[in-house]
Amino acid sequence: MKAYQKVLMIVAALSLGQLFMFPMWKIYLKAPQYPEGLELHIWVNKLGGSSDHVLQNFNILNHYIGMEPIHAESFAELKYMPYIVIFFMITGVLVALIDKRNLVLGWSGLLMLSGAAGILDFYLWLVKFGTNLDPMAPIKVPGMTYIPPLLGNKTLLNFDALSLPALGSLGILIGITLSLLVYFLSRNTAKQKQASKTKPALA
Amino acid sequence: METLITKFRKAAPKAALLMAVAAGAVLQGCSKIAGGDGAGATVTALSSDAASAVYVAPGKHDELYSFLSGGFNGQVSVYGIPSGRLLKIIPVFTQHGENGYGYSEESKAMLNTSHGFVPWDDLHHPKLSRTNGQTDGRWLFVNGNNTPRVARIDLTTFETVEIMEIPNSAGNHCSPYPTNNNEYVIAGTRFSVPLDMKGGTGDVALDKYEEEFRGSISFIKVDPEKGDMDLDFQILVPGFDYDLANGGKGPSEDWVFFTTYNSEKSGTLKEVGASQNDKDYLAAVNWKLAAKYAKEGKAREMPANYYHNKMDKNSHIAKSTVKKKVRYLLPEECPGMMYLLPAPKSPHGIDVDPTGEYMVVSGKLASAIPVFSFSKMQEAIKNKQFDGEKNGIPVLKYESVLKAEVKEPGLGPLHTEFDGKGNAYTSMFVSSEVVKWKLSDFTVVDRMPVYYSVGHLMIPGGDTKEPYGKYLVAMNKITKDRYLPTGPELAHSAQLIDISGEKMKMLLDFPTVAEPHYAQAIRADLVAPKSVKFFKLDENNHPHATKKEADASVKREGKNVVRVKMTAIRSHMTPDNIEGVQVGDTVYFHVTNLEQDWDVPHGFAVMGANNAETLIMPGATQTLKWVPKKAGVYPFYCTDFCSALHQEMQGYVRVSPKGSNVPITFSTGKKKQAPVASAK
Repeated sequence: MKAYQKVLMIVAALSLGQLFMFPMWKIYLKAPQYPEGLELHIWVNKLGGSSDHVLQNFNILNHYIGMEPIHAESFAELKYMPYIVIFFMITGVLVALIDKRNLVLGWSGLLMLSGAAGILDFYLWLVKFGTNLDPMAPIKVPGMTYIPPLLGNKTLLNFDALSLPALGSLGILIGITLSLLVYFLSRNTAKQKQASKTKPALA
Repeated sequence: METLITKFRKAAPKAALLMAVAAGAVLQGCSKIAGGDGAGATVTALSSDAASAVYVAPGKHDELYSFLSGGFNGQVSVYGIPSGRLLKIIPVFTQHGENGYGYSEESKAMLNTSHGFVPWDDLHHPKLSRTNGQTDGRWLFVNGNNTPRVARIDLTTFETVEIMEIPNSAGNHCSPYPTNNNEYVIAGTRFSVPLDMKGGTGDVALDKYEEEFRGSISFIKVDPEKGDMDLDFQILVPGFDYDLANGGKGPSEDWVFFTTYNSEKSGTLKEVGASQNDKDYLAAVNWKLAAKYAKEGKAREMPANYYHNKMDKNSHIAKSTVKKKVRYLLPEECPGMMYLLPAPKSPHGIDVDPTGEYMVVSGKLASAIPVFSFSKMQEAIKNKQFDGEKNGIPVLKYESVLKAEVKEPGLGPLHTEFDGKGNAYTSMFVSSEVVKWKLSDFTVVDRMPVYYSVGHLMIPGGDTKEPYGKYLVAMNKITKDRYLPTGPELAHSAQLIDISGEKMKMLLDFPTVAEPHYAQAIRADLVAPKSVKFFKLDENNHPHATKKEADASVKREGKNVVRVKMTAIRSHMTPDNIEGVQVGDTVYFHVTNLEQDWDVPHGFAVMGANNAETLIMPGATQTLKWVPKKAGVYPFYCTDFCSALHQEMQGYVRVSPKGSNVPITFSTGKKKQAPVASAK
């Protein structure tokens, strides 16, 4: 790898740090009574929102349909995910320093896999909350489930829910894109290396 | 004689017919006006584009907040301008069953006075707090006329947060007037009384008015950050009636001016007795000098007894403190502090123009409006152009301070405000009109009839350095036929007039609550962004707050007191089943609203309560006291429609006979035993 490629790889690793600065996913809710909207922000290590009390207000609204209250403590993921991110950041930097092209690909692949696993996990939670409803709930609509959309929008009773990845996820995307780019760009360097290795034999 | 009767009999049918025809014509004329085809006298002055000028589309906000006093209802009403839409009623001196103000255990102390609990007053004058002579949208000061008090409303919550009783005063009408940076809020007495110099009034023969009666002007210090009030000192003044006041600006900003009437010092039938002198006085007080005298030891001290009630920001609990002394100055001992300017005749309004040079006095019985000049007043003081003195206070010569008189302005001038473009507008009570005149040559340039008998008028910031000269609100005392009749008592009427052009244009009538005496208005963007949406539960330090449902409890304290610590959240109260209360117990329901969202108050009411409901804002705790008189089961419920399941937000208290062995238990959903009752 050339020096600039190493730098790119380090940037790829560090860009995951965005996950600590921004939410990775946002669920926007809009209803006639909520013209200002309610936003639930999912971080790598916490739950937040457009205001301090979004979670409480989410839960108050959800209790009518018998949805289990959402609390940050219920999600073990929020505790271990930060370590996974830090692991990727450190290994990413090491990969850049070790200067082995295949490790770059391996790092990328593992990151993609983890991202996919994260999204799957997220989806399973949505299904769990949306379908595991208290049979004693005040509002029961036969056949109705309340699985929020994973991506895009969906109407749930009086709420219009929109779900989108946020700036934190962009960090993962940058990480994957840059590392793949480094892998791609470094193919010539690798050939040259090979060439320089074989040349003396020819001579 | 007979022939006369015969003649009448013959003529009667004809006469009757004639009268019927005449009546028909009159009725037709009436129906034409009532039909609203624009031909009536009352609509002739209506601007053709009036509707669009006051139309605020659904969902859009008004340009200005206006605060109209409620007079004899003791409240302030908040209206949007230009729409005239009522936005809120703020209870100040009056108990308000609607939200429990003055009834709840927390707010009751707001209405304490040295006369005991006084749950009503006559609220006349709202005044917005100032920064550099401009309204700043932080607080609204208002006066209680009957049992002299000054209150402060916080404009982040639109709630009354402080009420201070004024000692040595009766009829706190000439109040409350803030100086340009709220250094002082000034309050004068309308009814002079015989002061016993021990904090009360003396037992004095009423024919001793002239010798014994005195007035007072109070100087209330305002904390520049928090707004808290503190009575710094008073000036004891001659026993006139002090009516209204206005602070100077710019060159005159160290001064405050007071209109007085009854300089005759008449103690009875004032209607006649106080209307004899051709001239009463405009009193000019140098407040900066007064403060200096007070600071430098000229002030004496006398015993007093007055209440100061403050609402704590985080617990929402009002506490009263009793003040036991007051400092005072005597004008005769403080040279240069106070002067009297002769003013015709029983003056009401005193209004200083935005430049601070002109003092306009509206003498309700006078035929002209005198305009005094501040620079001439300074000159006259320097040259000692005095016309004797009154109680040791120099009286300036009328001609030496007069700038001009506005001739033939109309009948019954009451009050003047300014548009900041060189024009003044005076309300004419008797001729029922608003008159516009120029400050450059003191000539009348326009007139607008108002319906009927306008008292005060208000231009947003029209009493400050920089008026917002677009609208004028006329507050009319008589309504008669302006709205659909509602029996003998009618709403008073306000009228919105466009003053942006050469000619005044009538825009809108809107009914008001009780009797507005004066108003203030301010650009919405100076107030709206600071409006609190809910109280933070974390900051609630009420001693009986319950921050989560698990902490809800019912406990017997001592023999006869039961404390219920209850929570409310959509859509249930915890606990909602309570047993073990006994007849004659004093039950305190401390209800905490756990919501942390905008516009989700919960209400609480219990059957048979002898007070009111209480409305609990999100994050706050409010307490309702209840003493059940009979055994039985009593429902309680949420009174403010909070959610789709609001109707289900209810519960029961079981009340057993005195001495019953039913233990205290409470629950929501499923039963749970209370900790062992701590009955002693």
